[in-house]
Amino acid sequence: MRNEFAEAARHEVANSQLRANIRNATHTIRAKREEAVAEVPDWEQLREAGRRIKERTMRNLDRHLEQLERSVTAAGGVVHWATEAADANRIVGDLIVGAGAREAVKVKSLATDEIGLNRALAARGIEARETDLAELIVQLGEDRPSHILVPAIHRNRGEIRELFRRTLPGNEQLTDDPAELAEAARRFLREKFLSAKVGVSGANFAVAETGTICILESEGNGRMCTTLPEVLITVMGIEKVLPRFADLEVMLQLLPRSSTAERMNPYTSLWTGVTPEDGPREFHLVLLDGGRTKVLGDADGRAALHCIRCSACLNVCPVYERTGGHAYESTYPGPIGAILTPQLTGFTQGNSLPWASSLCGACYEVCPVKIDIPSILIHLRSRINREVDGYGGGGERLAMGLLARAFARPGRYERAQRFGRWLSRPLTREGWISRRLPGALGRWTDVRDLPAPSAETFREWWAQRR
Amino acid sequence: MRIALFTTCVADTLFPGAGIATVELLERLGHQVSFPRAQTCCGQMHLNSGYEAHALNIARSFVEVFDDAEIDAVVAPSGSCVAMVRDQYPGLVARAGDLRLQAAVARLVPRTFELSEFLVNELGIVDVGAYYPHRVTYHPTCHSLRLLRVGDAPLRLLRAVRALTLIALDDAQGCCGFGGTFAVKNADVSTAMLADKMRAIQATGAEVCTAVDSSCLMHIGGGLRRERAGVRVVHLAEILASTEAA
Repeated sequence: MRNEFAEAARHEVANSQLRANIRNATHTIRAKREEAVAEVPDWEQLREAGRRIKERTMRNLDRHLEQLERSVTAAGGVVHWATEAADANRIVGDLIVGAGAREAVKVKSLATDEIGLNRALAARGIEARETDLAELIVQLGEDRPSHILVPAIHRNRGEIRELFRRTLPGNEQLTDDPAELAEAARRFLREKFLSAKVGVSGANFAVAETGTICILESEGNGRMCTTLPEVLITVMGIEKVLPRFADLEVMLQLLPRSSTAERMNPYTSLWTGVTPEDGPREFHLVLLDGGRTKVLGDADGRAALHCIRCSACLNVCPVYERTGGHAYESTYPGPIGAILTPQLTGFTQGNSLPWASSLCGACYEVCPVKIDIPSILIHLRSRINREVDGYGGGGERLAMGLLARAFARPGRYERAQRFGRWLSRPLTREGWISRRLPGALGRWTDVRDLPAPSAETFREWWAQRR
Repeated sequence: MRIALFTTCVADTLFPGAGIATVELLERLGHQVSFPRAQTCCGQMHLNSGYEAHALNIARSFVEVFDDAEIDAVVAPSGSCVAMVRDQYPGLVARAGDLRLQAAVARLVPRTFELSEFLVNELGIVDVGAYYPHRVTYHPTCHSLRLLRVGDAPLRLLRAVRALTLIALDDAQGCCGFGGTFAVKNADVSTAMLADKMRAIQATGAEVCTAVDSSCLMHIGGGLRRERAGVRVVHLAEILASTEAA
């Protein structure tokens, strides 16, 4: 099996502009998050409450989803069930065509990125226009998002200015002043909002007991998309359901502080079905499985579904900080992406990602719903080795097997120590090996000296001493 | 106290000084130290590399060696290996469904300690009578920090060492990029992390970088040696074992 992540990462770590952009952005948000969290005296209890809500919900996910369907239907909405990405794309496309539209405005949404909705709609001649500023930047640049929350985190304002001058008509004189850049995007988007017949959104939460959908955003563009068009279509992963309206109390405290380090989220929109004379006349909810029920079947991996997409784990991850999001080649980069991507795709994509971690544990420490990401990474490594393909290849499997045999018996272990010492002696200077070694060890000795087995092991010292 | 030393395979084979210092220090403090000869490794490398079945076998022999009523505490000069026992063993043996092994792990977990937390939290000692006339910076290793939560125990021990100048490390809690096989499987990212760590260490002007894990020190030290940086790595146990006499 190829290590796709390592190959992509090699390219990214060499990009000094990217490294500077991401380092600045992640270090800033990291410090802000820490301050925002420190203000809350019962933060740890809130995290535990968040974890329990998610765990309880997953235990009876089927029941909560059926209740959600009843509540949404009673409020005048229509619920559609999509097993695969292709099903969801077809349903959304049919709805847009059925409304007599050729274009739709979109709220920032990970679920629709995961299923490749924009591409699928384009194939049917429908233009899906992203309206979140950063998503717009990514879309205009024919780029890929590199962060869950800040999709254009890899771009600086100089790059954005060039992009707008090239792609948005009437902006030839644009400077790199952020206010001017935002104004140019605003003028472009306003027209789209006012002319679009269909809006498409994702969902941060959906409340089963009331049928209420909830989205959080910072710009107000999401609210334009969910209120101005005649038809509103929401695509959500089935794990986003919450049983009770009161559960939002916990989630709406955890999410803003963890994601943008804000005490309260700027634009929180909630809607329940349709309301006569107010907002969209039609509301459709597409419930996407997309591999989620299979993830639910793995008791040691399923907590990945608890994620509320705050991106705190990306911002503290030392690996993400060096590579950015593109190296993960997934809608979900960073630590959470490393446990979600292979599971959601049934181990057909992203199988190198569980190894893209030094297991430092920073992600677990900040996760607002306490997902033990390092333990799931370890679990997935074993699953992939066992079920998909010996990831490290035959050489590694053999070496690990031999070492395990040595570690199982002290006699063998001591012989292995002596053998290692004999083998390394010609290469050893002052206890270290500085020469380039063959194979996997070469990737160590390329940049670091390697300690040689000691001339006297601890146990030899101990035996001598008695 | 009757203390069984788990020296760890890394210290036993590559850095025996850390194990020797642990013995000398604990004996100096008046404790009885044993070294169960049948010990080898905790199995962390196998578990973290995705070889759970091998890890379980290794864990089984570890438990057999150290589950001994004659031992009051198992102490290791490593945060990472102790975290393997305390954090990972319970889940590992539970998944194996071996009830006797589970019971033995449950007995072992509350008695297994990393050296610095053992000194400060269990023995209640901060000043171990050490003397170390050098400029030192301390790197908190990820597993001692986030899994064991040793907190400032190593720093308190270092502050009490006579003649030692302690210099704070910038972005100290950032991982050094070791991560076991991560260092070779994702060598480019690991190197980028190591470069930042070495830059921070060199900016302190210290002669010595210390930590509670030989494995992280092997990574940092290997990088510093290659750069002829003029900073050496020394395990915390070796600093604490140093006295004016020696």
